[in-house]
Amino acid sequence: MTTFTPENAEDVFSTVRWAAAEQAPLEIIGHGSKRGIGRPSQAEHTLDLSKLAGVTLYEPAELVLSAKAGTPLAEIETLLARNNQQLAFEPMDYGPLLGGKSGRGTIGGVLAANLSGPRRLKAGAARDHILGIHAVSGRGEAFKSGGRVVKNVTGYDLSKAMANSWGTLAVATDVTFKVLPTAETETTLAVRSLLDDNAAAAMALALGSSAEVSSAAHLPYPAVTRVADGALGSDAATLLRVEGFGPSVAYRINKLKDLLKNAGPLEEIPGAASQALWREVRDCTPFADGSDTPVWRVSMAPADGHHMVMALRMQAAVEAFYDWQGGLIWLAMAAGDPEAELVRALVKKFGGGHATLVRAAPAYRAAIPVFQPQPPALAALSARLKAEFDPSNILNPGRMMAGGVSAKVDAATEGAST
Amino acid sequence: MTGLAMPKPDAATLGRRAEIVADMRIIVPGEGVVDAVNEMRAFESDGLTAYRQLPLVVVLPETVAQVSRVLKYCNERNIRVVPRGSGTSLSGGALPLEDAVLLVMSRFNRILEIDFPNRTVVAQPGVTNLGITTAVEQEGFYYAPDPSSQIACSIGGNVAENSGGVHCLKYGLTANNVLGIEMVLMDGEVIRLGGKHLDSEGYDLLGVMTGSEGLLGVVTEVTVRILKKPETARALLIAFPTSEQGGQCVADIIGAGIIPGGMEMMDRPAIHAAEDFVHAGYPLDCEALLIVELDGPAVEVDHLIGLVEKIAIDNGSTTCRISQSEQERLTFWAGRKAAFPAVGRISPDYYCMDGTIPRKELPRVLAGMRELSEQYGLRVANVFHAGDGNLHPLILYDANIPGELDKAEAFGSDILRLCVKVGGVLTGEHGVGVEKRDLMPEMFNQADLDQQMRVKCAFDPNHLLNPGKVFPQLRRCAELGRMHVHRGQVAFPDIPRF
Repeated sequence: MTTFTPENAEDVFSTVRWAAAEQAPLEIIGHGSKRGIGRPSQAEHTLDLSKLAGVTLYEPAELVLSAKAGTPLAEIETLLARNNQQLAFEPMDYGPLLGGKSGRGTIGGVLAANLSGPRRLKAGAARDHILGIHAVSGRGEAFKSGGRVVKNVTGYDLSKAMANSWGTLAVATDVTFKVLPTAETETTLAVRSLLDDNAAAAMALALGSSAEVSSAAHLPYPAVTRVADGALGSDAATLLRVEGFGPSVAYRINKLKDLLKNAGPLEEIPGAASQALWREVRDCTPFADGSDTPVWRVSMAPADGHHMVMALRMQAAVEAFYDWQGGLIWLAMAAGDPEAELVRALVKKFGGGHATLVRAAPAYRAAIPVFQPQPPALAALSARLKAEFDPSNILNPGRMMAGGVSAKVDAATEGAST
Repeated sequence: MTGLAMPKPDAATLGRRAEIVADMRIIVPGEGVVDAVNEMRAFESDGLTAYRQLPLVVVLPETVAQVSRVLKYCNERNIRVVPRGSGTSLSGGALPLEDAVLLVMSRFNRILEIDFPNRTVVAQPGVTNLGITTAVEQEGFYYAPDPSSQIACSIGGNVAENSGGVHCLKYGLTANNVLGIEMVLMDGEVIRLGGKHLDSEGYDLLGVMTGSEGLLGVVTEVTVRILKKPETARALLIAFPTSEQGGQCVADIIGAGIIPGGMEMMDRPAIHAAEDFVHAGYPLDCEALLIVELDGPAVEVDHLIGLVEKIAIDNGSTTCRISQSEQERLTFWAGRKAAFPAVGRISPDYYCMDGTIPRKELPRVLAGMRELSEQYGLRVANVFHAGDGNLHPLILYDANIPGELDKAEAFGSDILRLCVKVGGVLTGEHGVGVEKRDLMPEMFNQADLDQQMRVKCAFDPNHLLNPGKVFPQLRRCAELGRMHVHRGQVAFPDIPRF
């Protein structure tokens, strides 16, 4: 059991090259803030990238930032904020939900987990902002993809392939992201006391207007009581965020108020309070209770999600709240059993999507596919892609799926013990 | 065809042509198989008209099952396949091969579903880019990416090329606006990626497919996100005595936190050609002309116009006009949108390039281009997506003068080398295709290209789908897959561990 802590890309390269030659599996970590997501590690050694840190290029006028993969996200966000810029995809902080500290996590982890936040509706996720990478594949070969300009279609986009790969294809050493100006101000309009289906209709109406709503969430009881220090009370809150230049935000909020005047009681949440509230929505604060009871992150067509939740409520003790206009559903299973088959069957029944078991005790994560099992042809393609990057299965083996890299892996064998 | 090496035609396939055509007619009955030379002429090139080649046979399937059977048939018999949408590629992505089936997706031309609550449209791949907007514009929605060929180019082709347009700094490329696809692999397997939900599970194969130039799979269905149209749009027409001032103005606009809906720049030759053609009222005594379009609610647009006007004046603009009507806004754009045909009027032929550079390098790249222009004795006009650094030099030449096309291509290659040298890339939105294929080593080393080709191996291990595009030399998958073990030679003891 060895921990490698390289401080430069060359040492990452020699470490992975050694591991490839020895067929020695490596667990790849940054700060370890998302270590609890995925199947428990089966790696003998650890490759710790937290010392591979530092911003290497930042040109605000070019809207571009490059950093070594282990650079703390917090450091990058602070640097950007000094120039009134940001990572517009608003990467969430899994720390509190997984029982860790907040403010941890590296930029490499942001890409590997394809993080995003409430603004995903308008601005996309990490995959939509990554411009280029330098990486070392599981073959022990260094390669690059993309570049440092915001518009580029030269060759295959291997940078996007890193997004949501959870360190199983290659070890990124340097990443380049597009950055964008921070909005001058923001205001949230809250519609109160709506049932889930009425909330879905109100959010669809708001998003279908020209008010340019950048985030839309619905917090039913009891989730609503666990944000803003309880200041929202216990009535359900349907939140619509409007960002931009001052006069524009005021105009668009009024437009929304007019549009939703019959939907329910309306409240405005201004500036800093709005920002704080959306951070809590982003970080799944309502379920960050320090426990390891199961939490699902479910992605569905925005207007369909609440039907699935309603059906699930009839069969299991569950708490839910919605982000992305209802397209991101956070589920906390009260009884302790993740009910994986039930959750995934209902997601399929109500229009499809996928469910990731982002929090659960290790025994559950070892026994249940944490990531959505794929249909056989797609699973085989994914396995072939994995094998082209990491033929010996030395990078985070077993984290995304049980077993090796056999192209025969399919839904039927997912979750089998290794 | 100039000196471009394409994969050697397979004699066995050419010899079996009659049998293959007959089998295609069984799979795709009716009018869906074209094998007469005079009828295949319509398919012999795409938007890169300097390159022409008749295919083995043209097949126009109508159903996913037919696409699957054609690909499976070809895969089992080692027959190459070139997919084609509307044939508007500017990089030769749909250039036929002599021994390949040309799989034309134009009969997949229906919109399958419009879903306003989820703001998505599900379309077959042959639907035009503009066709999606047309289907939803009555309700005030549109599809954001707008390549200049949008009236003709297909949404399936947009996925293959990751198409952009003038609005992509604010609204993103195709990759940022496509939520899901259905595709058929070379072995006939039908696979769905994503859907109406916002993120797909597992590896981002949708991201890999977008911009893969028809080498990985054939797209048979596309789900896109649509947006509500902005309430208003207004534009500023700003002239500068130097390109440096124009470039600084763009940097300052972005530095002020403003991301315009569109921001285009033209150089002196492009301004003059456009003005002579459409009489848009462009000032002619300037080196750089900037069109900045702001969209959103009127109150926001008015606010930002004031800010941009001040930035322009502070940077020494000699003209700064603000559109006072929709008609005037369209007039500002008329010259820019007609820039290509305008250049076509002053030269028998022109060759459109597509590099991207870090914006601050614009003066250096323009100066380098002027030098190259003198060196090659060919004129060049520039239009520039200024917000994202995407440069379209138009090289003027006469194909009837022997050797001039070769000279124009050499000039173009030197421009792209210059783009890479200053930190840019070979192509911002037109794709590599055959056009920039042999320049790939300017940007990527062999290890970079090998890893890209390994991705190809995961999808199409026999290299049957659109070979001869993107990669200068396709290496066999078995060779690419071989592991070079460095056991015992690695400087392992130097690695800090604890």
